[in-house]
Amino acid sequence: MNIHDIKKEFPIFDDKIQNNDLVYLDSANSSQKPRIVVDRIYDFYTKEFSNVGRSVHYLAVAATNLYEQTRVSVQKYINAKDKDEIVFTKGATEAINLVANTFGQKYLSEGDEVLLTELEHHSNYVPWHFLRKAKNIKIEFAEINDDGEVTLEAIEKKITNKTKIISVSHLSNVTGAILPIKDIVQLAHSKNIPVLIDGCQGAPHLKLDMQDIDCDFYAISGHKMYGPTGIGVLYAKKKWLEDLPPYQGGGGMINEVKKEGITYGELPNKYEAGTMATAQVIAFNESIKFMEKIGIQNIEKHEKELLDYGLEKLRKNNSVNIIGNPKEKGGVISFTIEGVHPHDIATILDEDGVAIRAGHHCCQILHDKLNLPATARASFGVYNTKDDIDKLDEAINKCKKIFNL
Amino acid sequence: MDLKDLYQEIILDHGKNPRNLGKFDNYNKDAKGNNPLCGDNVHVYLRLNENKKVEDIAFEGHGCAISMASASIMTDMVRGKEEKEVKEIVTDFLGMIKEKDSLETNILKDDEKTKLMSLSGVKQYPMRVKCATLSWHTLTSALDNLDQIVKTEE
Repeated sequence: MNIHDIKKEFPIFDDKIQNNDLVYLDSANSSQKPRIVVDRIYDFYTKEFSNVGRSVHYLAVAATNLYEQTRVSVQKYINAKDKDEIVFTKGATEAINLVANTFGQKYLSEGDEVLLTELEHHSNYVPWHFLRKAKNIKIEFAEINDDGEVTLEAIEKKITNKTKIISVSHLSNVTGAILPIKDIVQLAHSKNIPVLIDGCQGAPHLKLDMQDIDCDFYAISGHKMYGPTGIGVLYAKKKWLEDLPPYQGGGGMINEVKKEGITYGELPNKYEAGTMATAQVIAFNESIKFMEKIGIQNIEKHEKELLDYGLEKLRKNNSVNIIGNPKEKGGVISFTIEGVHPHDIATILDEDGVAIRAGHHCCQILHDKLNLPATARASFGVYNTKDDIDKLDEAINKCKKIFNL
Repeated sequence: MDLKDLYQEIILDHGKNPRNLGKFDNYNKDAKGNNPLCGDNVHVYLRLNENKKVEDIAFEGHGCAISMASASIMTDMVRGKEEKEVKEIVTDFLGMIKEKDSLETNILKDDEKTKLMSLSGVKQYPMRVKCATLSWHTLTSALDNLDQIVKTEE
């Protein structure tokens, strides 16, 4: 599959949006969906639908097999040791909540510390804040440097003998910084501290190898990986999934239910209570296959080219200020324009079909640190081209013109 | 949709150089408002005298051109008005932004109405309506002595 004409695999680009060709630069928020993913959902509902893991009729067995095939695909894609280490969730948010809740229940008590970073998305802060309220634990934040990175040293500085878990982003959704997660895991493990990686921005853009990274937990968002909404993955080492208590109670996650007591099911059922997002899980398999077909190395290379081109272009554009300058950076460019608020930028760009995001991108701690109430953000996916970046640049110029800059 | 309707000269002017920006000392009513979706916030301060007239009014905050211009124009417009009149203007303005084609109140002069109508461009941009209305909701909250922070999201 040639990455340069991949746009045609995505039906959203077939038609004009508000009379414009769509220039979609909001993939860090959510990616567009290839036809095969959309078709898979339709086909499943129209030809193959049944609930999974319960009934013995033909459709139920077939659906269960399809559902489990995605688990194996994900396992292989991220090189997990065992398919039982793959837990489906409704998203990365739920994956992080699952860990915070169950790990917190079993291992955190008053005065214990959880170490995050200043660039975390709210979904990797709020779940821990719940524990701060409920259990009086402390939350520490490793600092970002002037380039918008979090270094290994910054992490090390905040580790104390009270640190019970470290939870960090793989790739910042604002500065684009790629964190040295392998080194962080190594350092943490040398002190017997487990590590959760928020992989929302990592999984769609970087090669993943769980056995190599050696993290304890890794949270994945399906809809950012060209997959459906309502599906995420928690990768967790088997020892943790066996050790931690279940998260939600309900059908499917039990072994035996009696008036006197309940025993819980085996992995991975233990963490998948109730009817799961079946069609989405099955269609997510197509997203994985889609990414495999392109090849993650090609995706990385393509997005790096776009990033370099975008940075060069926007740096030349007067009054555009790019946020952060990390050495290792993913396909995210956050910026401000002197004298124009990011929401005005986004509205004006939208008029030309250029879809970006403006705001704090669910990272208020980071924006407070940068002393910026909001930023504008262009983020890339496989379907973007240099032409998209030219259009972004032109639209920024229009914006400057409206504001008499 | 036309960007010129949204970003009229008067909006750009008030957005860039907001009038009545900054706190003053002897205010006797105030309220905060914020838009959690985009992080915009506003703090309205005002002084009502014994005759329930707005003697002075100002605001602090940050936000887009629309929200700054709206707060700027609003504070200009309600200074010197009685509380009852202010509330009528607020209701009329919010009604116009929501559904009505024009302003109906007799309290405002025609040129004042023209000024306010410059904000009507947001009607074509549903995501931006909150930018225009935040300071107005916050003004109501200040007048009613409501303690809770005004939010654009529930």
